[in-house]
Amino acid sequence: MAAPVESGGWFPALAIGVSLLKCLFMNAYRSTDFEVHRNWLAVTHSLPVSRWYHENTSEWTLDYPPLFAWFEYGLSQAARHFDRDMLVVGNLNYASPATVLFQRLSVIFADLVFIYAVKECCSTVREEKGAKELLRRPSFILAVLLLWNFGLLIVDHIHFQYNGFLFGFLLLSVARHLQSRHLEGALFFSIVLNLKHINLYVAPAYGIYLLRCYCFTQDNTDGSLRWRSFSPFRLLALGAIVISITALSFGPFIAMGQLPQVLSRLFPFKRGLCHAYWAPNIWALYNILDKALSLLGVRLELLDVDSLPKASMTGGLVQEFQHAVLPSVSPSAALLCTLLSILPAVLRVWLRPCGARGFLRCVVLCALGSFMFSWHVHEKAILMAVLPLSILAVESREDAGIFLVLATTGHYSLFPLLFTPAEFPIKVLLMLLFTLYSFTALRKLFSGERSLLHPLEALYLLGLVAVEILCEVVFPLSPWQRTLPFIPLLLTSVYCALGVSYSFVRLYISLLTQEATEKPKRL
Amino acid sequence: METRTLVWISVLLGVIVRWGVSLNSYSGAGKPPMFGDYEAQRHWQEVTYNLPVQEWYFNTTENELSYWGLDYPPLTAFHSLLCAHVAKLINPEWVELQGSRGYESPAHKLFMRATVLAADLLVYIPAVLLYCIYLTNGSTNKKVSTLLCILLYPGLILIDYGHFQYNGVSLGLALWGVVGLGLGWDTLGSLAFSLALNYKQMELYHALPFFCYLLGKCAKQGLAGSGLFSLVKIAGTVLVTFALCWLPFLSDAQQALQVLRRIFPVARGLFEDKVANAWCSLNVLVKIRSILSSDSQVYLSLAVTLLALAPSSLRLLRTPTFWQFKLALVNSSLAFFLFSYQVHEKSILLPALPVCLLLNDLPLMAIWFLQVSTFSMLPLLLKDGLLAPYVATSLAFLFLSTHLLSALERCTEDQLRLHAYRRLTAWLPARLPRLDLARIVRWKFYVSVVLMVGLSVASVTLLPPAGLPDLFPVLVSAFSFLHFLGTFVYFNIVQLSAPQGKQKTK
Repeated sequence: MAAPVESGGWFPALAIGVSLLKCLFMNAYRSTDFEVHRNWLAVTHSLPVSRWYHENTSEWTLDYPPLFAWFEYGLSQAARHFDRDMLVVGNLNYASPATVLFQRLSVIFADLVFIYAVKECCSTVREEKGAKELLRRPSFILAVLLLWNFGLLIVDHIHFQYNGFLFGFLLLSVARHLQSRHLEGALFFSIVLNLKHINLYVAPAYGIYLLRCYCFTQDNTDGSLRWRSFSPFRLLALGAIVISITALSFGPFIAMGQLPQVLSRLFPFKRGLCHAYWAPNIWALYNILDKALSLLGVRLELLDVDSLPKASMTGGLVQEFQHAVLPSVSPSAALLCTLLSILPAVLRVWLRPCGARGFLRCVVLCALGSFMFSWHVHEKAILMAVLPLSILAVESREDAGIFLVLATTGHYSLFPLLFTPAEFPIKVLLMLLFTLYSFTALRKLFSGERSLLHPLEALYLLGLVAVEILCEVVFPLSPWQRTLPFIPLLLTSVYCALGVSYSFVRLYISLLTQEATEKPKRL
Repeated sequence: METRTLVWISVLLGVIVRWGVSLNSYSGAGKPPMFGDYEAQRHWQEVTYNLPVQEWYFNTTENELSYWGLDYPPLTAFHSLLCAHVAKLINPEWVELQGSRGYESPAHKLFMRATVLAADLLVYIPAVLLYCIYLTNGSTNKKVSTLLCILLYPGLILIDYGHFQYNGVSLGLALWGVVGLGLGWDTLGSLAFSLALNYKQMELYHALPFFCYLLGKCAKQGLAGSGLFSLVKIAGTVLVTFALCWLPFLSDAQQALQVLRRIFPVARGLFEDKVANAWCSLNVLVKIRSILSSDSQVYLSLAVTLLALAPSSLRLLRTPTFWQFKLALVNSSLAFFLFSYQVHEKSILLPALPVCLLLNDLPLMAIWFLQVSTFSMLPLLLKDGLLAPYVATSLAFLFLSTHLLSALERCTEDQLRLHAYRRLTAWLPARLPRLDLARIVRWKFYVSVVLMVGLSVASVTLLPPAGLPDLFPVLVSAFSFLHFLGTFVYFNIVQLSAPQGKQKTK
């Protein structure tokens, strides 16, 4: 943070500092995800492998891929020494102090993967020659943006999940690609894919990039593909890595003939288009448009009130949202939209790769595209785009501007995760801390040029403050608190959806216009 | 980065850590019938809200003094009254007379924690900010580092936001006093310090340096001329402040005397529990309390305290510079802590405040002392269930402060201000070995940190042997006492050997 740190050693300082901060949140609020993971510990520890994906004593059945189950199994070996009772399947909602301590510590220690990944990412950042002041060095800024990421802090260490550990592998694979160590990159990506299948969304970027830039060893002089340079040996090596990791993970279940059961747990299409709290994506806008149209229709007497689907939104927490005017969206339609949204990005990598950084941009676009269009998206998935985008943000001023919009709205959209009064100051202050830092650090980094944000963008982001005050101060005092309790969530999600969609479009534009201006970069 | 942003980031971090600690348990949580300091503070709100001022300090049927009776000066009582008014607005049950005894609920905990934070934001944190920006030397980065370190000092955070007290108010007011004096606003400084004294009587630990500094300064200006005028102005400010604070109790001599009796409970004994001061440590060897009558205990402790105070106070009186003043604050409060009557383990926060102010000048020694001061409260913190925050904040402070202030690099003999020893060796070349003091200090620091870690781990994990149930608390307090004594000697040497007059005082 300050001058004497110039000598180095700043990375451990940042990492240790944030790890100790995480320790302070041990006794904070925790969501049902805490019980989810306790249950998985119990299931993997006390049942034979063949029962893992059949067990349903708890409603929180195992729905991550097998490698994650193996990870839980490994954790349970350590958990035994803290409190054996947490490993009993029937002990629903068990949370003794030792259990809390163990689970919280397990997240903090699993984050070591993330810390290592961040270190690797920072080493790949392009820096100008000559020692600049530490606080203005891109690698330092990137380390803070990743290690002290607001979203990860509250989702993992208060709400409770293992995202840091998972994103650690993802970032590590990105870093390896940036370092041109493609086989390792592929290895880490297969690991993270087998830990959490949401990473399938970014798999197209990996597949195409590796095929295009690793399996084909040479380009033509105009940058187009040279078909002759295909190396079957490289393809085999990649295939071997991916298949062996997948075999390690899924192998036992395939051998036991349980693959359909495992897959049915992994892909539950019975859930609705949107989560109880709408993730700020295109469907949130779609829903609100539908609602507006139906209200308008009723007002203009074009629609009959009785013919409308009953209680389409009144509860605010219903899983199924029935559209009244616009056509309903089916899972396959959502999937089609997702594929269409990432297609141009992937195509672009195939046609004109632009090196590892082009690939990274494609990863961000895939993550963001799937966040925007897929079925039953969780708000937390925004981190999958925010974290990799941080790397781009410290290298180009345009990306920095997009990052500020996306990170701020994305992070703000996580606020409803923490709704308990005691945690309210924490989320607000942490958000302020991260936002203040990212704005000033990035502005300083690209100083001397025009402002990073368009005035309208700045105005929109300031609007978040108004939204927060409306939702958490004004609304609880208003009479609507009783009759329309879902309004704050609705407002938050729709307002944030605007910013996320805007960033998505901006990113796409930057990808497509880059073609004309930016030459493939050499490191 | 702009300094302003860095300052904001430091303050935000300080507040986040405070609030993070406050999510943990407090003293006496769920432990009837007496509960702990949390209940004491809540009880004072109940008493001050429901009873007329004249009954606050008296034992009546509605105000049993044996159950957490008020024993702090009037300003604390007024603060409680203010909090009680807010509490009444939110939930009247919280301050209901008698009925609210032992009241505990998550909402109430949140309210109580919020009152501490509010007081901190209004009093303590602004004072720290002002001090770091205007009264420390060095580059802006250096100032911000000092700011962050002071704000993250774990002892104060753990006691205020974990255990539950309002030390931030009294220490903050005292710090306002220091800032006032440092900036040359002597009247304002004495006003703030008088308020501090009226908030907690323990602020007397700091009183003598304030007195000596101001008196010395006035004497410098000439007690016949402008000095006299300033002295009268200051004395007037102090008297008026005191009079205002004590106004409701001045109508009747009985009232005022009762308040004094409550504030200075002479009957409570030389020391309580395990505290890392001279008397408690001596008690391991000699049972003083059974040898001496309680009166002679008071006189003995008074005499020793005065003796320990004398060198630093006289020096300050002669050379009233700000640097001397800061050192005298440390020496005086440490002398009180080590030798005075009825000291609590939490009183170590009083010396800790001026030591925090020296973080920038004498980083290694300051960090060392602050670390030990937090460690000395370990038995208390364990009793309150604050192990996790204790470990996290202590490690964070140790790590961040040594790193940010480059404490281990900045500790040559000169930087430790130990040239007195070299001068001594120059005079007596034959007798004293030429020691590399800097290296010795550094090594002692490492060993001490390792011992603290070891003792902490042992206190948490090991069961004491059957015959010695208090083994670990005694070890902790003896260990801390040795450190405090060493620090006391060290800061006295630094103060007394400081060159006359020309000291960088800014």
